[in-house]
Order: sequence, then C-alpha cells, then structure tokens
Amino acid sequence: MTAFATTPLLTAEAVVRRYGSLVAVDRVDLRVADGERHALIGPNGAGKTTLLDLIGGATRVDGGRIRFDGRDITRLGPARRARIGIGRIHQRPAVWPSLTAVENVVVAGWHQAGGFRGVRTRARYRRRLREPAMALLDRVGLAGVASTTAAHLSHGERRQLEIAMALAGRPRLLLLDEPAAGLSGVEVHRLAELLAELPRDVSVLLVEHRLDLVYALADTVTVLHDGRLVTSGEPDEIRNAPAVRRAYAEAVR
Amino acid sequence: MTPAARRWLVRAGGVGLLLVAIALPWSVDAYTTSLFARTLVLGLVGVSVALLTGLAGLPTLGQTGPYAAGAYASALVAMHVSSVGVVQVLTGAAAGALFALLTVPLVVYARGVVVLMITLAIGELTVTAAGRWTSVTGGTDGLAGIPAIQPVWGMAPLASDRARYLYTLVVVGVVIAAMVMLLRTPAGLLLRASRDDEARTRASGHRVTGYLAVTFVGAGAVAGIAGSLLITAQQYVSPADFGFDVSALLLLGVVIGGAASIGGAIVGTALVIAVRDWLSGLLPGYAPLLLGGLFVLTAYLFPRGVAGFSTELANLVRSRSRGRTGPGDRPGTGIQGRPSRGEPVGAAPVSSGETR
Ligand SMILES: Nc1ncnc2c1ncn2[C@@H]1O[C@H](COP(=O)(O)OP(=O)(O)O)[C@@H](O)[C@H]1O
Ligand SMILES: [Mg+2]
Repeated sequence: MTAFATTPLLTAEAVVRRYGSLVAVDRVDLRVADGERHALIGPNGAGKTTLLDLIGGATRVDGGRIRFDGRDITRLGPARRARIGIGRIHQRPAVWPSLTAVENVVVAGWHQAGGFRGVRTRARYRRRLREPAMALLDRVGLAGVASTTAAHLSHGERRQLEIAMALAGRPRLLLLDEPAAGLSGVEVHRLAELLAELPRDVSVLLVEHRLDLVYALADTVTVLHDGRLVTSGEPDEIRNAPAVRRAYAEAVR
Repeated sequence: MTPAARRWLVRAGGVGLLLVAIALPWSVDAYTTSLFARTLVLGLVGVSVALLTGLAGLPTLGQTGPYAAGAYASALVAMHVSSVGVVQVLTGAAAGALFALLTVPLVVYARGVVVLMITLAIGELTVTAAGRWTSVTGGTDGLAGIPAIQPVWGMAPLASDRARYLYTLVVVGVVIAAMVMLLRTPAGLLLRASRDDEARTRASGHRVTGYLAVTFVGAGAVAGIAGSLLITAQQYVSPADFGFDVSALLLLGVVIGGAASIGGAIVGTALVIAVRDWLSGLLPGYAPLLLGGLFVLTAYLFPRGVAGFSTELANLVRSRSRGRTGPGDRPGTGIQGRPSRGEPVGAAPVSSGETR
C-alpha cells in the first residue's frame, strides 16, 4: 500500500449498485487518502462511472457505506455532498448550455463564494464570483470565450469549462470521469499540466483510459472489471500485474 | 443579426408596444378599452405561467388557483375593508403567494407532464371550491357590486374604463419591470441553470428544489396581483373567470409566445384572447378550431415561440452566410426542457459512443 493509506478522506465500504439483474458495482471497497491521486481504470462497462455516481451522490447505493472526512454520507443527496467538498467532472461534459462560459463558472462557484451573501452587492458579486471565475477560465485557456454561450462551445472547450467549474467549487475531492476523452493533443497536454499543478489539499479520483496520464499522475491505481475490484496498488505494481492484463484482454476480445 | 442588434430590436419593439398600449384607450370605445384591460390582466397571469413553464421548467395549468385566491381576497377587501388600490394589490399578492405556499409541496417534486396533471387538479379544485363556498365567494353567482378603486389614499375613485385600464397598465408594468430586474440578477442564473440541467446544478451544491419552491411562490404572488387587477377591471368576479378553458388558453398563449420570454407571454396571451373573443365573433363556434390551428402553426413554424422568432431568423442568416448552424440556445427564449432530469448524471454517456 502507499504512504497515503493512513488518513482516508473517502472510504467506500462494500458498495453495491444494481440495474435490474446487472450488478454494475459489486461490493467495491475504495479508500482515497487526503491529498492522494487515485486512478480508477478498467474496460468499458466495468462500473467506473457508476462508482463515481455513487460517491458523488447522483445515484444511491443498494448496499454498503460511504464515508467522507470521517462522516457517513451514504444518505446525503448530491447537492449536500457537493457543499461538503466533493466536486465532479462528468464523462460527457455537463455544462449549462444557455449560460455563458463565465456564468457557468459563477454558478458552479456559488457556494464557495458564500451563496446569496456573496452576491448582495454588485461589487461583491464581481469580486467574489465574477473575477475568480474569469481567472479560472484563463487557467483552462477559455478566457477568449468567456462571454460565449456554452451551447456554442466545442466539445473540448466544454470539457475545459467543466474543469474550471469543478475547480470553482474548491472541492477537497475531485471526481474526474475520463477528462481527456475527445480532447486534442494540445488540450490533453494542458489538462495534464493542470492536474499536476493541483494543490495537495485536493484529492483526486481519476477515471481515465489514457494510461500515460494515469501513470504520470497517480499514487495509487485501482482496477475494476465487471463491477468488481480486481486489484489496487502503486502504478508500477499494476502495470505488470497479470490480473490487469487479463481483465483488459478479456474486454477487448 | 448580432445579439446587440437583436436586443435593440426587442427593446424597440417593447417601447413601440408600450406606446400603443398607452394610446389605446383614446382610440377605441369604452367597451373595447375594458376588454383590453382584461387582456392585460390575463397577460400578467400568462407571465406567471411563463415564469414557471419556461424558466423554472414546471409546465402549469394551475395558475388560475393563485389568480382566483388573489381575486376573491381583493374583492372581499374592496367590499369590506378598503378601496385603496395599493392595499388590494398587496392583498392579492399575499393571497396568491399563500395559495402557492400551500400547494408547493405537491408540485416541486414532480416534473414534466406530472406537474401538468397536478396543477390541473389544483386549478379544478379551486374552481369547484369557489363555486361551493357561497358565503365567501357568492358561489356560482359570483360577487357583484364591487366599489371602484382609488389607486392610493386620497385619490378619487376611478370612474371610467380608460382610468381603470391605465391603472391596470401601470401595475402590470411595475410588476413586470420588477420581475425582469430580479431575473437579471445572479439569482436568475440559478434558475436557468436548474432548468438547463437539474442534476448538474445539484452536483454544484445547489438546492434546486428550494429554488423551484421560491419561484413557485413568486409566480403565485404575480398571479394573485393579476387577480386583484381583475377585480379592478371588471368589478365582478365568478368561478367562470378561473375555469379550465382559462388555464388552457394561458398555457397555449405562453407556448405560442415562447415559454421562457416575459414579453412573449403577454403577446401570446393577447393573441390567443383576441382569437377567442374577436375571431369567434366573426365565425361563431369555431374558436377552439382556430386556436388549435394557431397552436399547430406556431409549433411548426417557430418551435421556440414568437419570442424565439428573431433568434431563429438570426440562426438562419448565420447558417446561410457562414455555413454553420448553432443550436441557438440564447437565454430567455423558447421552451427548453430539462434534458437530464431524473436521470443519474453520467449514466447517459454509456451509450453515447464517446467511450473508447
Ligand atoms: N442508468 C443505467 N441503467 C442501466 N444500466 C446502467 C446504467 N448506468 C450504467 N449501467 C450499466 O452498468 C454497467 C457499468 O457502467 P459504467 O459505470 O458506465 O461503466 P464504465 O464507466 O466503467 O464504462 C454497464 O454495463 C452499464 O450498461
Ligand atoms: Mg464511464
């Protein structure tokens, strides 16, 4: 195990999620330590997205418990979990299409900026929400399209926008679902840099097919297959583990 | 057409309409003036329907509920307490908001067609109650002989249809201006985000249900104010003012006008009432047919309503000139559903072919 195993920020204990007779997530145990970069890999249909849904609260578990920061959050809704520090990027970029890019970031950072108190005056709105949102857009390379309606952004831009939105919420745990999918080479490069630069007070749970990104970033890699946890360990162990090769080989067929 | 040009056009159109509305009572007879006053009143109810249907994503057939509550409360106040307009408007707002507050738990957890059915039931129950509760509402005979209104303390009662029309116009204008200003604040962003993608909005920590509840109560207050204006405009009220046909006409008008647009809601409602009241005079018995035809025509020609017309035109021009079509999702126009409502976030992409 890694050096991070001592203080878990997130613990999933034997979580289960069923869709009819299909067990999408089957008694999976997962620990993400404070500051850890934890990657979740596995073939399509392994249950990675479902597991992130369970942790973020978008779907409820059919069994097991989830703890975050020492507190049982199994019964909390997604909004509540977001407010206590779980941020999320979705597999298909989920932005608000009728809002402009900067408005998307503003709405995403709303609670971080003090909610309705943060917008009581125009000056406060600008200082607490609008300016930080612009800074974040700049960081992900979207400053030029800040006033463009999100519906008119390209797939890659929407992906970057959602990253800015997730960061605006200042999460303690960032759930990333295939952030590199559909990005151009330049965009992937920028994404890798952005993730590498994240401060260590943000823990990351990353689902990604690009194994170069995974191995460059992760402290721990967990492999899922058919809803079950195959193995978990440091990148070097995982790279050569026969169980992992089998899982992927089977999926490719 | 650039967004700036479009905004300018909308503004110019708005100012033009307002000037026509002000000049109107000097160019038509008293009866027509009173018809216009009632059209304005229904237009304001239409605005509250648009707020819920287009902006909050809660399609409603039940705004006749708070509308009726505001009307009866204002009528009782006018007859027994005060003939001052400010008092009556505030009474109507409070009654409408209270009505919405009592019914809000039935509505905010439902979505889509279910909301339509629940609000339909609420509206129907309200009419039935108004017809039965004779001691308060006068039953199906209604309440007649409501004294004329004096807008503020010390002013003379408004004796003419023209004066009552202008009073209605002022109140409707103030309410709409207040609403537009509120929706332009960052709070309006939250509502639009919730409509665009509810699950995503929750994932950013927002209490979407709470926002919807507040909007529902606010829309109730607006409908309640319209109720008080109904009392001013026709000095008579009966359950027939709140029947299913009224709810259906309102929703139709709002959809025709472009559900998420306040100006569109008024224009759409006025159009629908014009078809009902005037064209049906020319072709008696054909009003439902004409309305149905109008609806199909709008849905076919402008899926985003009259208010979406200029956007559609702009998109057409853009796609012709640059070979690029945009979805045209400008804020504040057209009906937009809630695509991800009820689905777990991230579940949909499994079949979207984006995974490798
Ligand atoms: N909402 C849903 N309804 C039914 N089945 C689902 C749903 N979401 C996911 N599944 C199924 O659960 C399994 C795991 O899916 P998912 O978590 O998306 O896998 P991954 O993200 O690892 O590719 C798949 O077989 C998928 O078809
Ligand atoms: Mg997935």
